Amino acid sequence: MDFVSRIGGSVINTLSYLGALASLGGRATYYTVAGPFQGKPLRLHRAVSQAMDVGVRALPILSLITFFIGLILALQSAYELRRFGAINLVATAVAISMSRELGPLITAIVVIGRSGSAFAAEIGTMKVTEEIDALETMAISPVHFLVAPKFLAMIVMLPCLTIWANSMGILGGSLFGVAQADFTFRRYIQASVDSLLLRDIVTGLIKSVMFGITITAVGCLEGLSTGAGAEEVGRSTTRAVVMSIFLVVLVDLVFTVLFFFVGGG
Amino acid sequence: MTLEDTSVSMETDTMISVRDLRVNYGDREILHGINFDVNRGETLVILGGSGSGKSTLLRTLVGLEKPSSGEIWIKGKNIAAIPLAEMDEIRKKIGMSFQGSALFGSMTVGENVALPLREHTKLEDSTIEIMLRLKLEQVGLQGFEYYMPSQLSGGMKKRAAVARALAMDPEILFFDEPSAGLDPIIAAGIDQLILELKQAFRMTIIVVTHELASAYLIADRMILIDKGNIVANATADEMRASTQPRVRQFLDRVAEPELARELDYLQMLTQSRRSP
Repeated sequence: MDFVSRIGGSVINTLSYLGALASLGGRATYYTVAGPFQGKPLRLHRAVSQAMDVGVRALPILSLITFFIGLILALQSAYELRRFGAINLVATAVAISMSRELGPLITAIVVIGRSGSAFAAEIGTMKVTEEIDALETMAISPVHFLVAPKFLAMIVMLPCLTIWANSMGILGGSLFGVAQADFTFRRYIQASVDSLLLRDIVTGLIKSVMFGITITAVGCLEGLSTGAGAEEVGRSTTRAVVMSIFLVVLVDLVFTVLFFFVGGG
Repeated sequence: MTLEDTSVSMETDTMISVRDLRVNYGDREILHGINFDVNRGETLVILGGSGSGKSTLLRTLVGLEKPSSGEIWIKGKNIAAIPLAEMDEIRKKIGMSFQGSALFGSMTVGENVALPLREHTKLEDSTIEIMLRLKLEQVGLQGFEYYMPSQLSGGMKKRAAVARALAMDPEILFFDEPSAGLDPIIAAGIDQLILELKQAFRMTIIVVTHELASAYLIADRMILIDKGNIVANATADEMRASTQPRVRQFLDRVAEPELARELDYLQMLTQSRRSP
């Protein structure tokens, strides 16, 4: 009986967590999309400075990581392709797996590490120092003031970063292609571009938008539900990272299944 | 203010009235049925020890905690039962200075003070600039608008927080532990500031504190809260003359009997260690 009630308890907890995420996401979307038409103007300069943080400043590390991932992908697929004498398919393999799967996913994970955690830490600290309470007593909605600009920045920047990550991955793959698979650089890039369908890129970008929403919602929710005390900030930051990675993979799975059955691949 | 004055103005001009207020954290009841009134222009000091529920009471009054039952009437509206949009209208007429100042660390002092004006009014930037200077001057911080909060001392942060609370020309001003963490001289300066605000604007001021000296100085009336109940509600003079045991204990700073014994015991232990 105890076992059953414990299962019930954790199901209820999970559902209420998802509910809180959806409610926060919904309110942030309202302030981003509908708010400006109802006299609640968007904080564009805050969103721009967030976008700088989330997007532009992530470029160096993201480039490096996805370049290496592209190279690793090329090496790993060449290992198998070589047995079939199909090493010239390396470009295709890298291009497709980057833009359909690894580009969005690696981008999301880098952004979780850089920004998802920072959202939780920033909002968590503001919660501990009563700044969130101060906003509320000034009749300023914390979701409107803090969360909505982050949402906008993430929804715009994650697809951009993903496109960048895809290209860097292909560039990484080309290093192997040129050095080991008798491609010229120009032919490698040509082969990659030829192998990609618009659908491959678009499904990746749709995923990346969903990842952006997930990461922001989790980071901000963990920040807003921070308890009292400085150590709680650390705890919610950790929870934000772990939870975001898990949910991003889950969202990835759901959309991959969806695209597989609905879009015919 | 004499007793007669209070009773007359109570009928005509009550700013806040709290009826049978109960607040729970989870299963635990923090406030057990609180009743009191605050008149327009009055300074009420809410006294109480740590964990007495005085901070919870303040947070409930500004709508940061939801009461589990009871009524809080502010300017004729029961804030325990109104939607958020209406609550926000009331919040624009109140100001709150938090214990740790709660200034936004990513904005300058000026931006902090101007924030409510930028959010809730359609004033021109130049007008906001002037109002901002005025508010900073009122709290003695002229010339500090371009400083970051982290560059200010504790007392200056408190003043900046008061300036921000004053930004919308509130009718009611709330202070949570205004002298917490400040040295006696700076704390006296904050008390002085509260007195000046009271005289200059005839604002209704509610202060939560455990500092007796500051309470006697600024209060028109005091409420003493103990374990979630009001044990005394009286003027400063009546409070001083009170013979109620719980009030006397608080005012005379007598330790709880068990606690005193424990301290004696600790002292005994450490002394026996030190003696050769």
